[in-house]
Amino acid sequence: MRFAVLVFPGSNCDIDCEKAIQKVLGEPIDFVWHTQRNLDDYDAIIVPGGFSYGDYLRAGALARFSPVMEGVVKAATEGKLVLGICNGFQILQEAGLLPGAMRMNDHLKFRCDIQPLTVVNNSLPFTQDYQMNETIRLPIAHGQGNFYCDEATHYELTQKGQIVFRYQGDNPNGSVDDIAGVCNQAGNVLGLMPHPERAIVEWMGSQDGGKMFTSMLRYWEEKIGAA
Amino acid sequence: MYKATITVRLKPSVLDPQGSAVKGSLHSLGFAAVTDVRIGKTMEVWISATESAEAEQKVDEMCQKLLANPVIETYDYELEGA
Repeated sequence: MRFAVLVFPGSNCDIDCEKAIQKVLGEPIDFVWHTQRNLDDYDAIIVPGGFSYGDYLRAGALARFSPVMEGVVKAATEGKLVLGICNGFQILQEAGLLPGAMRMNDHLKFRCDIQPLTVVNNSLPFTQDYQMNETIRLPIAHGQGNFYCDEATHYELTQKGQIVFRYQGDNPNGSVDDIAGVCNQAGNVLGLMPHPERAIVEWMGSQDGGKMFTSMLRYWEEKIGAA
Repeated sequence: MYKATITVRLKPSVLDPQGSAVKGSLHSLGFAAVTDVRIGKTMEVWISATESAEAEQKVDEMCQKLLANPVIETYDYELEGA
């Protein structure tokens, strides 16, 4: 399974993603600079965290018009796996691949912590190795993670199982319905504010991020096996 | 040449944490009469166009595509010859 991790000016979790994939899966992963349009060589695309374009205008708003996003939209349409983490989530929202938008955290602080989450949908290519309603702990590090969508969209997300992770306990940013991660209707594009790539080995304080990557690999192997 | 002064605001239904914090500060400064504060953005954009209808069309397009996020924001603008 071949992974691409996108690199925008201001991305800063790209290397964490590379190390995580190498450590957990041992599969090939390439850094892809934002000027490259074609992502046809890849089976999965990771849009990493950071502060693309300095978060100017709105987080993710400028990165969304990078040439590489054409390849991301194509990959998403073809059913390939697209994972947006933190700023990557914001970019996928701005690109219209995921619902909602991010506001500043309701307390206005940048929050860096280990956060308990509930797995609300474990039937996705990204979550199938988790248990339904399992509690997992992942690091968060963001100032604009306050997920917003209107009531009609929220109803639809609930009905279609697009809410994937919820914050447990104190909501760290004020997001609607404690939402920490959502997917598209097809289930092949996931965005989440917490960082699975920073919860891989014991010394990181949690290893709960690993199952997201093993889920993705298992999904891909089964898909290839069935073809 | 035209100049558009664009104001981007959070939709009224969207909570504005910055506005709430500024309201709190105004209250602690003694401005007890302040009942609400909302924070938005102002952008000045200069556009090369021969007539105002053409400039307006461009401003609408750039607001819808990039300058405002329709999920949480609205925009309006004033256009003047520059």
